[in-house]
Amino acid sequence: MNQFPTQLLALAPLAVLCVTVVVVMLSIAARRHHFTTATMTVIGLSLALVSLLGVLRITPIQVTSLFIIDDYSVLYAAIVLVAALACTMLAHAYLETLPDRREEFYLLLLCSTGGALALIASRHFASFFIGLELLSVPLYGMVAYAFRDRISLEAGLKYMVLSGAASAFLLFGMALLYAASGTLEYAGLVDGLANGGEHQSWVMIGVGMMVIALTFKLSLVPFHLWTPDVYEGAPGPSSAFLATVSKVAVFAVLLRFFTLAPPAANEWLLTLVGVIAFASMMVGNLLALRQRNVKRLLGYSSIAHLGYLLSVIVAGGELGTEAVGVYLATYIATMLGAFGVITLVSSPYSGTDAGALHHYRGLFWRRPYLATVFTLMMLSLAGIPITAGFIGKFYVIAVAVDAHLWWLAGGIVVGSAIGLYYYLRLMVIMFLDEPGESRRDAVSGWGQQSGGIMVLLLAALVIFFGVYPQPLIALVHAAGMAHG
Amino acid sequence: MILCWLLFVPFIGGFLCWQIERRGAPSQLPRWIALLTMLLVVVLSLWLWLTGDFSLTGAIGDSPSWAREFRVGWIDRFGISFHLALDGLSLIMITLTGFLGVLAVVCSWNEITNRIGFFHLNLLWIIGGVVGVFLAIDLFLFFFFWEMMLVPMYFLIALWGHSGSKGNTRIGAAIKFFIYTQASGLLMLVSILGLVFAHYSNTGVFTFDYAVLRDTPLSGPLAYVLMLGFFIAFAVKLPVVPLHGWLPDAHAQAPTAGSVDLAGILLKTAAYGMLRFAIPLFPDASAQFAPIAMALGLVGIYYGALLAYSQTDIKRLIACSSISHMGFILIGIYSGTLLALQGVIVLMIAHAFSAAGLFIMSGQLYERIHTRNMPEMGGLFGRLGALPGFGLVFVMASLGMPGTANFIGEFLILFGAFETVPWVVVVASGGLILAAIYSLVLMHRVYWGTPRSEASLGGLDPREYSMLLVLLVLTLWVGLYPNTVLDISQTAMSEITHWFAVSPLPTR
Repeated sequence: MNQFPTQLLALAPLAVLCVTVVVVMLSIAARRHHFTTATMTVIGLSLALVSLLGVLRITPIQVTSLFIIDDYSVLYAAIVLVAALACTMLAHAYLETLPDRREEFYLLLLCSTGGALALIASRHFASFFIGLELLSVPLYGMVAYAFRDRISLEAGLKYMVLSGAASAFLLFGMALLYAASGTLEYAGLVDGLANGGEHQSWVMIGVGMMVIALTFKLSLVPFHLWTPDVYEGAPGPSSAFLATVSKVAVFAVLLRFFTLAPPAANEWLLTLVGVIAFASMMVGNLLALRQRNVKRLLGYSSIAHLGYLLSVIVAGGELGTEAVGVYLATYIATMLGAFGVITLVSSPYSGTDAGALHHYRGLFWRRPYLATVFTLMMLSLAGIPITAGFIGKFYVIAVAVDAHLWWLAGGIVVGSAIGLYYYLRLMVIMFLDEPGESRRDAVSGWGQQSGGIMVLLLAALVIFFGVYPQPLIALVHAAGMAHG
Repeated sequence: MILCWLLFVPFIGGFLCWQIERRGAPSQLPRWIALLTMLLVVVLSLWLWLTGDFSLTGAIGDSPSWAREFRVGWIDRFGISFHLALDGLSLIMITLTGFLGVLAVVCSWNEITNRIGFFHLNLLWIIGGVVGVFLAIDLFLFFFFWEMMLVPMYFLIALWGHSGSKGNTRIGAAIKFFIYTQASGLLMLVSILGLVFAHYSNTGVFTFDYAVLRDTPLSGPLAYVLMLGFFIAFAVKLPVVPLHGWLPDAHAQAPTAGSVDLAGILLKTAAYGMLRFAIPLFPDASAQFAPIAMALGLVGIYYGALLAYSQTDIKRLIACSSISHMGFILIGIYSGTLLALQGVIVLMIAHAFSAAGLFIMSGQLYERIHTRNMPEMGGLFGRLGALPGFGLVFVMASLGMPGTANFIGEFLILFGAFETVPWVVVVASGGLILAAIYSLVLMHRVYWGTPRSEASLGGLDPREYSMLLVLLVLTLWVGLYPNTVLDISQTAMSEITHWFAVSPLPTR
């Protein structure tokens, strides 16, 4: 039992978040004040981030049979917390004029972040499921937060129904695996399955169902249909959260699951994942071509990007783990930046977000730095050098080439070429001169707001990692996964 | 260190132009800054030209002999370093880049009237990216600049281009240009990574260094496939015929400065890439591929000439004639003799001068008569001051008249290639006749024929006059005394010839 204090310390980030949730809830009950609530949220998230430094001294450590805190989970927890901080800052500017109760948004955001942390550190199906649900359920509320706006409510409902269906698949898959192997721990699955050879087909179905549920959460083809609608309908900060925190956490657990319980024995499963990856690259990019709404466009582009990333899972290996870390870090910074600009242009809240392409027409000549940031983010999504996105793409192609997965490498090349078309179109629109039908701008002092500062920081980060990625690579390289 | 300055001066200058415009400075100021920046690049490269030692000393080794080198670590994880190096070949290309950069700034003096600062930001960043391509010797760094220079070029075409007949064609042309080059660039990235991982699996060391990767033993088919990745990337940029679709559109819609840069230096980055990377890295595979490459070159010569003949837009005609000229360059590169390679260098320079001259003149015509459609011209000789006279000279240069640099280039290529591939040379020579036809057709349709009116359209002002005069003098200078260039490129070309010829090392 003398291990107990260390174990408690290992869970400190999660504990800090839970305390913050309670404190925020109580303070809202006592007195509503938007700025105070947002500040408390920021402080809570920052404390959790700082506590990760302390956790780093005792890694790797297993906490009960549910969680494993290793450098890998610390890295992804840090990414998630930074993304959540960024979303909080965006939300503050955005919600200022929401004609409704504003404070609960932070509560939902904190709960969801807590779920993400639990999911990342899970090594057991129970913590897996609880983490995933804790991550997803508050998201329904966040997506539908501007519920007086019809498309926001519709998006929330759509996400809830489909997400519920995916959870059912997940549970069923887990149950089948438990029935076949008799254990709920990822690592135990391998031994458990080795003994029960006659259950092989049940295992296949079980793993297949879990893959279905996760591909839904990651919005991969063919379970991608909700993505554009939800991205479009959700308020800007919620879309940003959905596109970053939820994707990182789910991908981190997917990679851990595939590493610890290698279904690599099942060649067909890896092929299936490869096919999903390839289809996502193609479908995401092709469908994005004809979009007239920036948020929908980013939704489709995220399908394609996760397709690129999924190809790494097929390749596997140590370089693969590293590639996932680098790619996710660069992708998160870019996506947050892109949604940040959209949110700033739509802030303060005044009805539906500024999503249509014509809202961005001539933005460069009105708000040059904001448009420069957006241009950078588009270039980064397209994977052009001097932006962080290029480093991510470089890694993914490197992994595919290293594993001799030429068809996936080819898919990435073709997908990127198609993707260029819409990124470039979006980019050039900001530089065109003709006045649009309706102008929406960020407020003139956007650079001084918390959200504006955050977006500028992200842009600096995207450039920095694009030009000098060595620190990022070293960081991710050090964050190895503990086996066991 | 001077290599870093050469590289960063255009970027800094471009940034200054933009910032100064935003601070509300007088609108001419960004132009002057851009001009000074480009002159600085020219001065730096001329200084290198005069002080450097580019003579062939000693035997040709396995690693290239650089006149200057600069190296710092960059991404240690993959053994990527910020490695710049200069030899005769890159110096010639950089000097050319700087010189055409000056011309591009000067020729847009009156043409570009809105957002001058941002225009020059893009213009100078293209130059910076191209200088980076010519200096980078680490494959990752090379790819970095190769892709990076596309972005400002895209903006240049998309924002300051001329819209054609149907609505948004300048944006369409810009996107087409970008997708063609970027997608083929990614193929090159896959090839680079394939080469790096092949090296890694042999030695356990990650490196992107040119000199080290040259020694990677590769199996035949793998080398061939990797070589194709490089070749396709360069073939799109050169352009080689089945991959040339972006070129006429991009040229036709681009502003004059964009066309000058595009024809003058961007196309040359492709030839440079073949000379520097595709052949030395994969000599065996390249030798195997050479007949196909030369056949493509032949197709390019004839197809480009036919395309040029049928154009009515003057800029498209010049653009298509570039395809034809690049066919000669492709044949020269893959014939692999020293004489032909030297000819390639001269022809690249000559084509840069003559194409730049023709594009600048079509820009000046457009400023005066507001059309680039040749059927609406005719009889302009005598109505435009000295312009048609210059036109005549550049057209003559373009068709390879003796005395001009183009003649030396084409002659050396054909003469040099004759010893290895006589029949290719015989067929290619026919292209010279077609060149004469489309060039004279250009001359005839624009300047001769019945004039529409007798009124003068205004002659050349001193700025325009001096631009064309400098180009003319340089064309004749290189045409009459090509050793200025040949002496500098001798060593680099001998190395390439050597590697190409003695490729079958026992380890390969």
